Amino acid sequence: MNAPFYEYGFFGDNFSLVVALITGIGFGFFLERAGFGSGRKLAAQFYLTDMTVFKVMFTAIVTAMLGLFWLSWLGLVDYALVSVPPTYLVPQLVGGIIFGTGFVMGGYCPGTSCVASSTGKLDGGVNLVGMIAGILLFGEAFSLLESFYNSSSMGAFTLPQVLGLSEGLTMFLIVVSAVGGFMAAERIEARYRNGSDNPIA
Amino acid sequence: MLNNECRIGDILKTLLFSKSPQPYWNPYLAGIGLGIVLLASYVVMGRGLGATGAFTSAVSYGVQQISPEHAATSPFYSSYLPTTRHPLADWLVFEIIGVVIGGFLSGTLAGRVKKTVEKGPRITVPGRMLYAFVGGIAMGVGSRLARGCTSGQALTGGALLSVGSWVFILAVFLTAYVIAYFVRKQWT
Repeated sequence: MNAPFYEYGFFGDNFSLVVALITGIGFGFFLERAGFGSGRKLAAQFYLTDMTVFKVMFTAIVTAMLGLFWLSWLGLVDYALVSVPPTYLVPQLVGGIIFGTGFVMGGYCPGTSCVASSTGKLDGGVNLVGMIAGILLFGEAFSLLESFYNSSSMGAFTLPQVLGLSEGLTMFLIVVSAVGGFMAAERIEARYRNGSDNPIA
Repeated sequence: MLNNECRIGDILKTLLFSKSPQPYWNPYLAGIGLGIVLLASYVVMGRGLGATGAFTSAVSYGVQQISPEHAATSPFYSSYLPTTRHPLADWLVFEIIGVVIGGFLSGTLAGRVKKTVEKGPRITVPGRMLYAFVGGIAMGVGSRLARGCTSGQALTGGALLSVGSWVFILAVFLTAYVIAYFVRKQWT
């Protein structure tokens, strides 16, 4: 098997849009299944009453991370052809701080605001409009932000490089932290949980 | 036979349009589902998921329609306006259309599609809408500065062990916990 299929030219750009649509349907489906069409459920993460955001996100990260590692170890996927988002350390730190503020104020992140909108949450729709306004604002202010936006560029820079560990050991540490995090999340929920996991309430 | 068909029809009806909302999935199960979608995207496309990129394409296209000159002279908009294809014939644009469909499909099957406003008991609807809008602006600006959001940066880059993505994840969570205290009237 030669994967990634697109990178090996098994299909072209037109068909890739069909793949995009199917991928998105799967993405949106599982986001809604998790309860991420509800702003109250997402925000509850930050009041310790419902740790679903943490659990879903880290389960997804670990699943994809290990899946890709094993497929590449079996020689089925060329890991080098999967594009790693480049690191721009300081803009990503500051971007994360602004984004985190927006997340708990708005109640959604961009993907979940789409799911909220398509399941009838009016605040999700307003949040989407705000996000579009934010992107436009950024675009209009880009000449002022450009040098900061491109600062601390480090290319495809990964945790194994920082830690000086092998990929396998780094992933093992992430899995151990995730499992520890899940156990802590269950305990926190047992203590603070209210009815926010109930879609009717 | 006729009787059977009616039964199947009834079952389909309750499945598709069940009035009482069903509980959400176990978070670990939903997380594995999401992880498999992300993994499939790596394997098939060699890239991960995204969300804000789609809206940036749409915004750039909109700016181009209003003022082609303004869009062309901006290095930001023009990077989302390829000349070889239509700017909206973009992978993330089609993916996000899928997200809307997939979310609606799941919500419909579980009886969770309902016109409502998500908020705590201590805030008015207009108040909540203001928060949703301002929060959206911050999300838009933050995601552009970070070159991605929870999908393109946290999930996609997180699973590929990108340092910038993990810095983004930590910054988002820590900040949200701090700010949560100041906006508690909205949710609790």
